[in-house]
Amino acid sequence: MKDLYLVYKNLTRKKMRLFLTTFAIFIAFLIFGAIMTLRGALNSGVEMSADNRLVVVHKTNFTNPLPYSYVNKTQTIEGVKQVTHANWFGGYYQQPANQVVTFAVEPESYLAVYPELVIDPDQRQAWLNNQASILVGERIALANGWKVGDRIPLSSNIFSHKDGGQTWEFVIEGIFRGTEEKTDTSYLLFHYKYFKETQSWGGDSIGWLILTTVDASMNESVAKAIDSNFANSNAETDTSTEQAFNKAFIEQIGNIGLIIFGVVFMAFFTILIVVGNTMVLAIRERTGEIAVLKTLGFASIRIFKMVIIESCLLAFLGGLLGLGAAYLLIQGASEHLARFLPNLVLDQNIIMQALGYMLLLGLITGIAPAISALRLNIITAFSRD
Amino acid sequence: MSSQNLFELKQVAKRFTKGKETISIFHDLNMQIKEGDFLAIMGPSGSGKTTLLNLLGGVDQPTEGQITFDGQRIDNLSESQLAKWRANNIGFIFQFYNLMPMLNAARNVELPLLLTNLSRSERQKQVKVALELVGLSDRASHMPSEMSGGQQQRVAIARAVVSDPKFLLCDEPTGDLDRQTADEILQTLQLLNEKFGKTIVMVTHDPSAAKFAKQTVHLNKGEFVKAEELPA
Repeated sequence: MKDLYLVYKNLTRKKMRLFLTTFAIFIAFLIFGAIMTLRGALNSGVEMSADNRLVVVHKTNFTNPLPYSYVNKTQTIEGVKQVTHANWFGGYYQQPANQVVTFAVEPESYLAVYPELVIDPDQRQAWLNNQASILVGERIALANGWKVGDRIPLSSNIFSHKDGGQTWEFVIEGIFRGTEEKTDTSYLLFHYKYFKETQSWGGDSIGWLILTTVDASMNESVAKAIDSNFANSNAETDTSTEQAFNKAFIEQIGNIGLIIFGVVFMAFFTILIVVGNTMVLAIRERTGEIAVLKTLGFASIRIFKMVIIESCLLAFLGGLLGLGAAYLLIQGASEHLARFLPNLVLDQNIIMQALGYMLLLGLITGIAPAISALRLNIITAFSRD
Repeated sequence: MSSQNLFELKQVAKRFTKGKETISIFHDLNMQIKEGDFLAIMGPSGSGKTTLLNLLGGVDQPTEGQITFDGQRIDNLSESQLAKWRANNIGFIFQFYNLMPMLNAARNVELPLLLTNLSRSERQKQVKVALELVGLSDRASHMPSEMSGGQQQRVAIARAVVSDPKFLLCDEPTGDLDRQTADEILQTLQLLNEKFGKTIVMVTHDPSAAKFAKQTVHLNKGEFVKAEELPA
């Protein structure tokens, strides 16, 4: 503790160098925090997927509809526990730019297949009883200021109403939460039956099937059985686990993992060189002073620790500022991106990882100069000085 | 004043290897320094003055022979033991002051006390006393860059005595100062020797500086010689 003042004075002795080095680390951790949060948001669907949940889509393209009869046929396949289905509504609220993720579903089976959606029992019953009602996710309700009992108009950019126009009016009968913070609650659910009866076209078809298996170990055999069952039909299917489906959906953008690894690696590699070089130069400049400290009786290991602490402090200073800036950036962005990236949260995992990288950065950049300070020979240092 | 030996060097040899060549600085050096002495060591460049100072200060080890300080052998101590020994027993005064540029005078003086178990307030008290001793109480918060050479050297003296070591080693302490300032510094050293009983060894090229010491020895080619035997 007594040496901390010395470490602090050494760290702050060249203000411009301190600023530039801190800024470089700041940028690296700003990028790290933002990119990792983005990755977390994109992957949250994958992370939150249930082990025994499968998704059945049209083999040609997942936007193609499937016949409604597939629901009952799938239910009879061995290993299938529960089946439900969903249709993409293509909804927006008030303005086409204000898109809201809306599915037409079979209410009871949907809630059975997604047990992570938590609803007040009265609200659940009210929603089940009222076909023209809608169940709203907590996050989207908060974003729009909706509450139970509100009447909201929802328009579709795909379907039109039998009575004309493209707008449906719904009563909010319930608001669902998630069992975990990361559970997606940024969408709306309404009755498939009501959808079928009020739409002007679309017929008796569904968007996709979601089912649970008796046990996750049966996923593969069930998926094969479903796809074989509908092989050589007008609507062949492609069945995969929910996790694989979500992952493939995200990776339409590209290999997110590789992109993120590339960006973070380049940022950190550059910073490692910049900070490492700065630390080596800083300690080299202080050769004479280190020799004086050793002459006064400071043990070599004590000086070694002081250099390591200095490099770690530098890493934590820039790193924490960068992470703080990433947090503010994400807070600002999440309000605007809530509909597309509902889980844009700089969570504890990312913070812990960042702290680990700060420590690692401090140790890696400090180790070489610390060793040279440790090995510094007093006589050689004074003769060099 | 006690006449007991504080330092004793017995048959000390010091050799360096430079490439394939071995350079011998001392081959059989014997020396005693009594407690309370103020000894000036003079000699031409390359005579071994600095090497002797390094051996006495425990920053270098002899190739052969024994060095005893206050009855304890120091030639066989490890690097970390020597560091502790230096912190407890030796005060160093350098030609170019060697103050930490980022620390003010008081913090520079405090450095050796960081190696003790004293509390911050106890350390501050001792720093105040040391700065008063060298007449720089009013410069405690000044940075080295804000002080003259003479003032910086006085801060260095305060740093050397703040932990109350028995022995002071001065390497050309006035080599970078004008005559008047040099004399003031030497008077301070004299005061430390006479009033506070510090044993001082000072390496110098300057005969005027050596006059402040109680005795002067001359070193040439690794051996003590009489002044008249030195090369012109």
